[in-house]
Amino acid sequence: MGVSAGPRQELLLPVRPGFVWFTLLVALIVNLLPWAGLWASLRPDFVALALLFWIVREPRLVGFGVAFTLGLMMDVSQASLFGQHALAYTVVAFGATLLRRRLRMFSTDKHVLQILPILLTAQAIILLVRLAGGAAFPGWTWFVPPFTGALLWPLVWVVLLAPQRPRVDPNHPI
Amino acid sequence: MEHAQQPFFNRGPTPFARFLLFSLLALVLVVADSRFHYLTYVQQGVAVVLYPLQRVALAPAALVERMSGFFTTQTQLTGRNNTLEQQNLVNAAALLRLEALELENARLRGLLDTRASHSQSAVYAEILYSHRDPFTRRVIIGKGSTDNIGQGQPVVDAAGLVGQVTRVYPWASQVTLITDKDMTVPVQVMRSGVRGVLFGLGSDGVLELRFMPFSADIQTGDKLVTSGIDGTYPAGLPVATVQEVERNAAFMFARISAQPAAGVNRYRQVLVLTASTPHPENPGFEDASPPRKRGRKGG
Repeated sequence: MGVSAGPRQELLLPVRPGFVWFTLLVALIVNLLPWAGLWASLRPDFVALALLFWIVREPRLVGFGVAFTLGLMMDVSQASLFGQHALAYTVVAFGATLLRRRLRMFSTDKHVLQILPILLTAQAIILLVRLAGGAAFPGWTWFVPPFTGALLWPLVWVVLLAPQRPRVDPNHPI
Repeated sequence: MEHAQQPFFNRGPTPFARFLLFSLLALVLVVADSRFHYLTYVQQGVAVVLYPLQRVALAPAALVERMSGFFTTQTQLTGRNNTLEQQNLVNAAALLRLEALELENARLRGLLDTRASHSQSAVYAEILYSHRDPFTRRVIIGKGSTDNIGQGQPVVDAAGLVGQVTRVYPWASQVTLITDKDMTVPVQVMRSGVRGVLFGLGSDGVLELRFMPFSADIQTGDKLVTSGIDGTYPAGLPVATVQEVERNAAFMFARISAQPAAGVNRYRQVLVLTASTPHPENPGFEDASPPRKRGRKGG
């Protein structure tokens, strides 16, 4: 492997904006599912993952404003402190803008370690806000979701990129 | 002549500037919500937008439940029916006694010429979900301000006090459970009549009766009911059972832990007591406003 040992670049179709909004909506709904027990403590933040992906892939479509709005929705639905998820997702959006160019140089399995710090920071910020508000420390399981989220990243990448992959017509190969 | 250099691509503020702007905005929201409780209307607006999404999210679980309900066996149903009938008999007996007592109470109150104790009206609600915010003990129930639910109303289940409505949205409301760290319930020991304040600890199944002197007449197994002196909870609702009393001379007060009576985390059906006693007018506000007017006139 030479200097340009990046992932194989593929030609993709332009993304349809409707698909972007649809996936963000689905991520929000999945977050709102009544998770219980072990699953609740394992559950990654799907909205944060979808945001990360779309800010990395389509920065002109999805940015800080979208992240902030989705954060407010999460806050109301989780009945948490109003603004804590908004703050966390703003951090996620900033991390995504920093990583945007760098991620293209790596294959998806190597993304995991670069995504993890962003998700961990977002989670830590929520914790800090709550601790400052007088809450008790909820235990170290609080930091489990960023890890599951980072591990899910390759899957997110494949699923959200699938509609953009051109279908090769077997009768008319290029 | 100097020309301002035109950027090739107009992209607005840099990412860092945007980051600062939005995080500052979020921090302002956090402070405004936690300290001043300003943003109720904004939250209600967001809640209205979110409502269809939440319905969609809850649909699969509801469907699974309906399916499993469809496939319950007949033996299970008859068994349940039997227990419910027995319970109904017991309840009916208690209810008859209660009616007699209520009549007697009304007569006695009439004799004493005191304000009639309010009659309770209640709204049945189901717990939609409890969310995963590990910092608080809260659940969302499926009735809101359109069903006459208001802030501060007590929520009970078949066994006792569950919590209090803390936030009201149009079609749903948030109930803070008595086990939440910020919840306190004024209680009374049923056996001895000693009054105290029960504190939530932020973990399931444990409450603490704080600031009770060593000499307080409290034993393990004592039942705690609401004392009703706060005007929020009607008197006499079962709240908890005393589990452990530790009288250690090293501390100022006895350490008393209690177990909540209601299935705070187990049941799905709750009752919201909507017609609680109206609060007496706060004398503090009345005292505070007139001097200000006078001050304006004088100045």
